Amino acid sequence: MSCVTFTHLSKRYADGTQAIVDLSLSVADGELLVLLGPSGCGKSTLLRMLAGLESPSGGEIRIDDMVVNDLEPQQRNIAMVFQNYALYPHMSVRQNLTFPLKMQGLPRQEIEERVRTVAERLSLLELLDKQPKALSGGQRQRVAMGRALVREPKVFLMDEPLSNLDAELRLQIRQDIARLQRDTGITTLYVTHDQVEAMTLGRRILVLKHGVVQQLGTAHELYARPANTFVAGFIGSPGMNIFAAKLHRDVQGYALEIAGRSLSLRSGAYTGEVLLPFEGNTVQVGVRPESLCLLDEGAGFSVSLSAVERLGHEVIAHFPAINRVGDSQEEHSARLAYQDALQIGDSVKLGLSVKDLYLFDPNGNALPRVGDIVSPSATD
Amino acid sequence: MHRKRLWIVLDYLLLSAAALLFIAPVLFMVAGSLKPDARVLSEMDSLRAVLPAQLDWQNYRDVFARIPFGRYLWNSALINGLIVGLGLIVNALAAYALARLQWRGRTLILAGVLALLIIPFEAIAVPLFYQLSALGWRNDYLVQVFPFVANPLAIYLFYSFFLGLPRELEEAARVDGAGILRTFFAIVIPNAKPVFATVAIVTFLLYWGMYLWPLLMTVDDGVRPLPLAIATFYTLPPVQWGDILAFGVMMVLPVLVIFIAFQPWFVRGVATTGIK
Repeated sequence: MSCVTFTHLSKRYADGTQAIVDLSLSVADGELLVLLGPSGCGKSTLLRMLAGLESPSGGEIRIDDMVVNDLEPQQRNIAMVFQNYALYPHMSVRQNLTFPLKMQGLPRQEIEERVRTVAERLSLLELLDKQPKALSGGQRQRVAMGRALVREPKVFLMDEPLSNLDAELRLQIRQDIARLQRDTGITTLYVTHDQVEAMTLGRRILVLKHGVVQQLGTAHELYARPANTFVAGFIGSPGMNIFAAKLHRDVQGYALEIAGRSLSLRSGAYTGEVLLPFEGNTVQVGVRPESLCLLDEGAGFSVSLSAVERLGHEVIAHFPAINRVGDSQEEHSARLAYQDALQIGDSVKLGLSVKDLYLFDPNGNALPRVGDIVSPSATD
Repeated sequence: MHRKRLWIVLDYLLLSAAALLFIAPVLFMVAGSLKPDARVLSEMDSLRAVLPAQLDWQNYRDVFARIPFGRYLWNSALINGLIVGLGLIVNALAAYALARLQWRGRTLILAGVLALLIIPFEAIAVPLFYQLSALGWRNDYLVQVFPFVANPLAIYLFYSFFLGLPRELEEAARVDGAGILRTFFAIVIPNAKPVFATVAIVTFLLYWGMYLWPLLMTVDDGVRPLPLAIATFYTLPPVQWGDILAFGVMMVLPVLVIFIAFQPWFVRGVATTGIK
């Protein structure tokens, strides 16, 4: 078992692309850490640097106390599951499982024992003599997992291992992976762009964008305390609605001016001290689609629905963005209790509770809410 | 419907005519090798030129009587076997280094290899002759093998095939504990059979008929290959066409056997390496 530490790690490709920017992070012994972000955010690069398939441009990678920057992949005792499984097509399942053990030079009897144990654990016994091309997607995935597990590696890396599977299988194998990781206790780094996968698998999730760490935290922290507008918009389905509003002060305290209406922040989650520096400025305001509700009448935002998705138990209503910020979302959305009557083109009134509002500075960084001990920081 | 059928018939007619054009000389060679010498040229103006009327093996017997054919065949087989065998290893390794490893000067070397593709051997034959003569390499097998082991066409074919192999396989092997060479031999080669077959056939064909270089570098029949032997039939009287054609048939047969043996892989190789 091992812990992994990245210190001021950076990666710049020959064409000038900055894949990872000054990343410092520690993964505890036995932890399953999920790296989450859109494609091109650098999460796979980070994994590949740890595996030794790419070399860092700066900084340090340690496995336990050993700096591994200059070690070849085969010297790191790391196992990796690739997105396309990368099973050796000319070898049977048994040979695929045996290959890494042969490379370690283990005696034949031990190899056979380990292969049998892993094959039993992953229900591969009947597949041992088949060729990879004769297997289904799910079976290939299990063989790839088996090939990684059989080595009893120090660190286990998974690069979007479920992205080629159908939804049902993905759910099942996701649970298998979580259980296996718990049982074996192998330190694991798991890359995905799927937030549901990330949130169900990882105790801690690292969100990356353009190679820069956006936030590290539990699923709940990312959802309830997003560090910036990127995390707020990325986490949640649909993500948080972000819009611009002017912060001003009236007789009752601070208030936001949104689409010609004034919304008092008196009962909100932000203290005057936090808001003071932004008085008179435009700030970014976030509200989760599930915090919006339909109002029959009275004060609310009038919107015209541009799309209505009926999900059986609820409706996701889309409408043109209110006070759009820069090139952010073109549409905002609301998750509403199911009702048949809602139609595209309907004009409805939406209401929200001031407590559910999130405020971000003009750069998109979250303002500390009441109850936050320290302001959320990108790295810790 | 009729129109479509007409086109199909026309297609077949054209293809058959083209096929005949290519097959006719081969048929002429086979038919001529089985006739008495006098009839080879006299029947040129009739259909009998390409149809063996009888099976007369005298020309074949003549060939064996006039020259040590077996010795020449062995020389050719050995020289070509070494060129192809060593070439597969050397060129594949070079191409792999160009396709997959990062090293200073890689693109320059690659450009150099591609540039070499367009230089005909005849252009460098004389300088090469002087260089190797200066080293004292003459009149042996080595001098007929060594200059042809590294081959830019073979490197290029391997290179383009390796680029198309999924990189993840090799990365998986590296992570699984294999070094670069182990990865190459255990993972890359078994998945690159088509290109190995293609390169083997292409280089074999290229050098099986090599004439100029052995003529320059060898004097001793003991190390000379088949093309030089067939030349003696033209230069030493009497010129007997039947013997020449019989020799031709026996020289083509090994090529045919090798081509048929590797054909399934070769076709796949041509499709995947993009040569046509």
